[in-house]
Amino acid sequence: MEPIIKIENLVFAYAKGEGREAVRAVDGVSLAIERGSFTAILGKNGSGKSTLAKNLNGLLLPTEGVIYVNGYDTADDEHIWDVRQSAGMVFQNPDNQLVSAIVEDDVAFGPENLGIEPAEIRRRVDKALQDVNMGAYKNKPPHLLSGGQKQRVAIAGVVAMKPSCIIFDEPTAMLDPKGRSEIMSIIKELHAEGITVILITHFMEEAVEAERVIIMHDGRVFMDGTPQEVFSRQEKVLSVNLDIPLAVELADMLRERGIAVPENIIKTEEMVEYLCQYE
Amino acid sequence: MPTESLALDDVSFEIADGQMFGIIGHTGSGKSTLLQHLNGLLKPESGHIIIGDVDITEPDIAMTEIRKRIGLVFQYPEYQLFEETVAKDVAFGPRNLGLAEEEIQERVREAIELVGLDYETFKERSPFELSGGQKRRVAIAGVIAMRPEALILDEPTAGLDPKAHKDVLKMVEEVHRRTGNITILVSHNMADIARLCDRVLVIDSGRVVTVGTPKEVFSRRRELAEVGLDLPPVTQLTEALRQRGFQIDETILSVEEAAEQIAACLKARNTHNTQNVRRTEDK
Repeated sequence: MEPIIKIENLVFAYAKGEGREAVRAVDGVSLAIERGSFTAILGKNGSGKSTLAKNLNGLLLPTEGVIYVNGYDTADDEHIWDVRQSAGMVFQNPDNQLVSAIVEDDVAFGPENLGIEPAEIRRRVDKALQDVNMGAYKNKPPHLLSGGQKQRVAIAGVVAMKPSCIIFDEPTAMLDPKGRSEIMSIIKELHAEGITVILITHFMEEAVEAERVIIMHDGRVFMDGTPQEVFSRQEKVLSVNLDIPLAVELADMLRERGIAVPENIIKTEEMVEYLCQYE
Repeated sequence: MPTESLALDDVSFEIADGQMFGIIGHTGSGKSTLLQHLNGLLKPESGHIIIGDVDITEPDIAMTEIRKRIGLVFQYPEYQLFEETVAKDVAFGPRNLGLAEEEIQERVREAIELVGLDYETFKERSPFELSGGQKRRVAIAGVIAMRPEALILDEPTAGLDPKAHKDVLKMVEEVHRRTGNITILVSHNMADIARLCDRVLVIDSGRVVTVGTPKEVFSRRRELAEVGLDLPPVTQLTEALRQRGFQIDETILSVEEAAEQIAACLKARNTHNTQNVRRTEDK
């Protein structure tokens, strides 16, 4: 099957003030994102991961190279709405994403702009709010909600557009632990329903939930593989200023103490299971 | 107001000199309201807050008297940077205290160095050209330059990448060590709280749930769960093992300690098994 997103030699450069040399925030990235997959993108601040994300739905356009989303070139003006409808985006700060005074109006905003008929909008809004467990709040004003609840409404707004792919740009960075775990479980559910998920995050415990982990560094793909493949190479991960998951850190210390923990253990639950079965 | 509720209700606690003091509570627990009382932005309806020998809740106390004693670094403090240069931004607070120019400059230099930035390199730079982590340091320097007796940091690492997160905490520890002052750390990151703090206060619905050492506080699993707080990740892991029969200590707070005890436990079990096998063979 054709990948949902195809990036061919993407370069994104911007001028950092007048008369200065252009900075290549993304510098020669080629990737294919499979339909229905769950990819986490990691990288320290300034590694190019957010710039990459914003190129994926035409918010930014490539300086060089081409990106195809659902077969549409993101730089093709005629199809920009096809691109945006195929790949929805959820940002870090929920306060910057809500536009209406009532939750359900906010969720309806996207589909209304697509010119969808009212009965269908109603169905989509109800379904989307149900998907993020916010059905009970549909008549509430967003400003009375917690950060995690607002972020769920923002996600519902994207879900109501029926995108094939959702790009989450650090969606939990501003949330407390409860809000963070709510958002993660919704992301996992959306993925289970068949939506392609791209999750940009600083939290390694979130990245281990993905099927594929890509680490960006200096605008390039630095590592790309399953979470097991990536996180088992600790030295390399730490060398670009990222963390490793708790289970990987503990596994290493246990190995130093003569317990031969296999390298594919990267989640806390897996570690607990392994240790309980150890002989 | 149709319905009034108490944002803070009968809160009492003490912090000893030189302590790193943690405050934890979920969003809406009253944490922020408490902080705003500590630096005089809000006045209590009843009760007192005494810093050293000064009651900052006295009605006629000057704001500068409070500022000299308590420095509050808000969440995302870099949003409050506004001056043209780093040095000017850091000088803003001390200048408002009406200090002599020489004294101001000395404090600015000291504060910038304390947050781990080179004074000569950074003094003339625009704060807006700096990286996220550096901006945050400059904002913290602005509060440190007031030389407060107690420095409060509200989620100082929110939104930072892993490296910047570690660097900012290291800087906070260093400032705490060098000034010897009280540092109050508010955080959702239980691992950081467990590692850094001498004592921890848990707040919920405007009331103090408990105060104690990290070990004491994180041993109260049920109470913490009731107020929506997690254990540090490593403690969650070791608790899961304990429930499955591992003979390890309660409330393990560091990965090193966890590895040590788990390894010892597995080896003991192994020796035990080997002995059993031998015994069977002997028969």
